[in-house]
Amino acid sequence: MRAIITILAVITLASVPLWLRDPYLLNALITTGIFVIGAMSLNLLLGFTGQLSLGHIAFFGIGAYVSALTSLGFDIGLPGDVRLVHAPWPPIIGFVLAILIAGLCGYFVGLLSFRVRGAYFVIVTISFAEVVRLVALNWVELTQGPLALTNIPSIALPLPGFGELTLRTKMQNYYLVLVVALIAYLLIARLVHSHFGRAMRGLMENETLAVSVGIDVTRTLTIAAVISAAIAGAAGSLYAHYIRIIDPEVFAFINTVTMVIMVISGGKGSLAGPVIGGLIFGLLPVALRPVMAPEAQWIAYGGVLIAILFVLPRGIVPSLAQRLTRQRSGTTALAPVALPETGAKEPA
Amino acid sequence: MSEFLQHLVNMLVLGGTYALLGIGLTLIFGIMNVVNFTHGVLYTFGAYIMFIVVQQLGLNFFLALPVAVLAGWLLGAAIELTLLRPLRGSDIDTTMLVMIGAWIAMQSGTLWIWGGVAKSVATPFPEAPLVLGPVSVSWLRLFVLAAAAMLILVTYLLINKTSLGRAMRATFQDHDTASLMGVNVDMIYTSTFAIGSSLAAAAGALLGPVYVIFPQMGDLAAVKAFAIVILGGLGNITGAVIGGFILALAEELGAGYVSSGYRDAMGFLIIIAVLIFRPTGLFARAERVG
Repeated sequence: MRAIITILAVITLASVPLWLRDPYLLNALITTGIFVIGAMSLNLLLGFTGQLSLGHIAFFGIGAYVSALTSLGFDIGLPGDVRLVHAPWPPIIGFVLAILIAGLCGYFVGLLSFRVRGAYFVIVTISFAEVVRLVALNWVELTQGPLALTNIPSIALPLPGFGELTLRTKMQNYYLVLVVALIAYLLIARLVHSHFGRAMRGLMENETLAVSVGIDVTRTLTIAAVISAAIAGAAGSLYAHYIRIIDPEVFAFINTVTMVIMVISGGKGSLAGPVIGGLIFGLLPVALRPVMAPEAQWIAYGGVLIAILFVLPRGIVPSLAQRLTRQRSGTTALAPVALPETGAKEPA
Repeated sequence: MSEFLQHLVNMLVLGGTYALLGIGLTLIFGIMNVVNFTHGVLYTFGAYIMFIVVQQLGLNFFLALPVAVLAGWLLGAAIELTLLRPLRGSDIDTTMLVMIGAWIAMQSGTLWIWGGVAKSVATPFPEAPLVLGPVSVSWLRLFVLAAAAMLILVTYLLINKTSLGRAMRATFQDHDTASLMGVNVDMIYTSTFAIGSSLAAAAGALLGPVYVIFPQMGDLAAVKAFAIVILGGLGNITGAVIGGFILALAEELGAGYVSSGYRDAMGFLIIIAVLIFRPTGLFARAERVG
């Protein structure tokens, strides 16, 4: 049942560019898809280890900048009259480097911030993101600061024997984002259902108990942070090469909040949650655009976040899954898409 | 040397308002265990109250400060009653996200009502600064420092000398026991949030005329308040005052001797450094308020 729904969903998503001709909507779907990848990576931390990281946009932005700078090249002065000159490389190498460097940053940030928990962890992660934003704003020689990095080349896929395919059209970019999103989804699903995934959820539910049964908490959290950051870096790279211009505003806190809203509304700790929540909140501005001013849209955004926490605190997907399970109680215990374990968090 | 003295004077003025911001947040954080993301919006709100009273209604500049304090108090109480009271007992992440939602909605509301163009407030103080040997300071900034010091003193007396303050300290130590002893804990929470919010609004009303007033001005103020709270330790009012002045000093020296672009990075760097090396704050005394 679950497999059928997943396959149907993928086929539907894959067929969209074939019948949707409106470039504005397709563009909204591509950027939404990129943010859904970011939300899925955030869900790995927030939903499966219980750590509310509000600095997640830092890894997305680092991925975007690494990828853009790799493909644009740079020439900066280092202390001691040394100049570091980098000639432009193909964007696909930038994409790989974005994943690696974002993952590395995730390792160091995780190493430092997992020393604290709860509110302190949240504040440390916000601080990291803001420091990175200020560096991007002030290190003008490297990043052009507020002038933004422009003319970022589109991603070109090397085809052995046929030269390369530059992804310029919206349809090509749509499929690129869809493929990366699928890979990220499968990777996270694989991880969550592994031994490692059980360790993550174990420490989310009771850290003391997890330690007592031999789970290395810091190691588990750090690995989760690295993978999460790497996926966010991949999303950032896609963003840079699709939008083709980035400035320090990519690190804005509101972008983290958007991802958090996607995860919380869809259902944290559910694999499909960030996808559903992401599609709703990614496309909501498109639906609201004709009827509301942008400021009013943000008021609605804040209001909807509050409403979801009050009405559906566990998110759309787990709540639906629970309702379906209750209807068919006794027959098939497994509800579609949601993980069976997600219901176990609430004490009876 | 004179440059350094000037930085010290600037630090005193800035530190006073930072301390106000920090005290408000540390009370809410310490007593209610709520990470109050609306603190920065209350700061913005206070500044706009100043703008309305002085520029739009044409009333006295000195009247605007008490109006801002009162308005902050009312808005804080309203937020607590509608958003936090129904969520009593839920985990800290949920209340934090609700506060983020309220922050986004309220900040966008400010933008909607007053627009994004920065506003300034005319003050009754002379343009020419007060010159004391090698340093100079504007009369407006001296007034800001004096008003901040007065508000800090009032808050200190409120917490330490009144029965409301005693009930707040008891709730901080153990809200169950305080409740058993007849303290109306719900009322204490509402009062705490209202007092903290009024202090944030006061800080905004004081600093608004010094700089300019715009809808996003509260974002950095909120981060600075978090830095101060973390520096001073949870619920520690004296720590928040000292933390306010330390942050102001770090910013002044950072802007003066490193790069003005990194002035606002100081707060974040302090947060990261303190939480990594001394997570209980510089003045660890987390067991009590006061």
